[in-house]
Amino acid sequence: MAVRMINTKSDYAGTLFRLLSGLACLVIVAIVALILANITIHGKGHLTWAFLTTAPEQGMTEGGIFPAIYGTVLLVLLMTVAVVPVGVMVAIYLSEYSELSSPFYKLTRLAVSNLAGVPSIVFGLFGLGFFVKFVGGNVDRLFFSGSLTFGQPAIVWAALTLAVLTLPVVILTTEDTLRSIPVELREASLALGATKFQTIVRVVLPNAVSGILTGGILAVSRGAGEVAPILFTGAAYFVPELPHKLNSQFMELGYHVYVLSTQSPDVDATQPILYSTVLVLLGLTFLLNLLAMLVRTQMRFRLRRNG
Amino acid sequence: MNLQIEPVNDGDSREHLSLNSRQLSGARLRDLLFARAIQLNAVATIAVILLIFVYLGKEALPVFTSAEVRKEASWSNLFAPQRYGTEEAPLPFVWQPVSDVPKYSLAPLFLGSLKVTLIALLIAAPLAILAAVYTAEFAPGWLRELIKPVIELLAGIPSVVLGFLALIVLATWLQEIFQFDYRLNAVNAGLALGLAILPIIYTVSEEALSSVPRSYREASLALGVTPWRTAWSVVLPAAFPGIFAALVLGFGRAIGETMIVLMASGNAAVFSWSLSDSVRTVSATIAAELGEVVFGSPHYHVLFLLGGLLLALTFALNLLGEYWSKRIRRKMQGA
Repeated sequence: MAVRMINTKSDYAGTLFRLLSGLACLVIVAIVALILANITIHGKGHLTWAFLTTAPEQGMTEGGIFPAIYGTVLLVLLMTVAVVPVGVMVAIYLSEYSELSSPFYKLTRLAVSNLAGVPSIVFGLFGLGFFVKFVGGNVDRLFFSGSLTFGQPAIVWAALTLAVLTLPVVILTTEDTLRSIPVELREASLALGATKFQTIVRVVLPNAVSGILTGGILAVSRGAGEVAPILFTGAAYFVPELPHKLNSQFMELGYHVYVLSTQSPDVDATQPILYSTVLVLLGLTFLLNLLAMLVRTQMRFRLRRNG
Repeated sequence: MNLQIEPVNDGDSREHLSLNSRQLSGARLRDLLFARAIQLNAVATIAVILLIFVYLGKEALPVFTSAEVRKEASWSNLFAPQRYGTEEAPLPFVWQPVSDVPKYSLAPLFLGSLKVTLIALLIAAPLAILAAVYTAEFAPGWLRELIKPVIELLAGIPSVVLGFLALIVLATWLQEIFQFDYRLNAVNAGLALGLAILPIIYTVSEEALSSVPRSYREASLALGVTPWRTAWSVVLPAAFPGIFAALVLGFGRAIGETMIVLMASGNAAVFSWSLSDSVRTVSATIAAELGEVVFGSPHYHVLFLLGGLLLALTFALNLLGEYWSKRIRRKMQGA
């Protein structure tokens, strides 16, 4: 009797609890749908081939966003070149070369996880203080007899700052993949007399290609969306020519959105362009995320078949 | 097969052996070099995080050491209430670094960060945790397959895009509904920020909930307890450390987030507890002012001090979050 009473009483609460938690899911899905719908509806009107391939005109109220797209692509390419080799090496260290109990392993792990939590604006400060002022300043002193060449905001410093920011992404994704490769593969190679180096290069890494690719893609997607780290390290509102040297300043999609939406003299005239720029930026990051997801599923499928 | 034991030719075999060992040492050398290169990269990762601390510290240090900087931005200027304003309307805390008498009170900035962050948590935490409970406990398989990619999508939206939407769309809606005095205010920024931290709270909570062993649920269900009651009184308490970790990590993410608050908060550094006033956060202050500051001026060093404080705060929060989420993992594995 008592039991039934508790049960009937709790059933109302139970329905409510279930309903509330289900509603929370629904609300989240609805918000995301609303965001995507809003941007797509307002953004697609202005999205033409010419918009993607021409430079801005008339104080950003006409023309396209080609320089911003070009700058973004170049920026993330430079970033990838810097971050992927280092990230993969650190992942190899974490999964292949370290004892789980060794203090150096724990220290590296701590460094990686805390790097992932550093606010993006702090990376901006670090990029300015370390890359631009310290490294760039010293490069100028040593190679350019003190004339201002690399000691100023430039695409190479912005790319390196983003590389530091995305390093944890590459490390963690690659490490996950390395750990999912069966130990037997390594043991078979070592038993045949291969050294550890040979085993890693010829057996482990070829099996981890898709994981490394995923890490790289996720890093690019993250890097393409970050604005705070490049505010002071190289992005510019308008540059008349495309960046063609390592020390050029550059235009970038996210930065373009920020400046245009906060500092535009004529908001009504720029709004359609702004929406389309947001749509391009969002499309780019989503496409990259989707690609990463596909590569990951493919990899899981293959590993399952092999294992 | 004719196995023959040939007479040992000393010279020949030694040559063979030495060749072999030379090859071996080449491979070993490569092996060793590779191991060193790998370690070097691991060291570099540790060095980077140290360098971040060192460089922020180095540029912030003059606030404590340089007499010139301290003349303008002394300890009491930074932290203690001042006699700005008039007798009738005293302004004890003012951040106004570019004026005849530069004012460097940090209180309005930290209050601003706190206000926006708390609003974000208040919005995101219930939504994310409830959704995580639903996904982990009640949702049918197909729904789980739907909600996870949606959360990933949300996590993939660049913060500048959320900031843009808050600035153009959300602010207008909110003003129509609540008739705020200022279009851009703490509520507007906090709501957008809530969307930015929702994925991390959801992901970490969901992980904590799913790591609770099946046996807990089965034991509870076997006693005749309903599924929702099991979720409420057994699974949730067991996963509490993980959910707490999710909140801590969400808080850390929110307080460091820059672009959203820079675009959607109105950026007025006023010391006010009202949620409908414009606010300026620590992160937005750095982003907005570092671009125009004179290199090496007191203002420049104070901005780095702000960055250093922000870094120390998020670092501590991350350590705390990690500690708690490790704790739940250990607890569940031990069970």
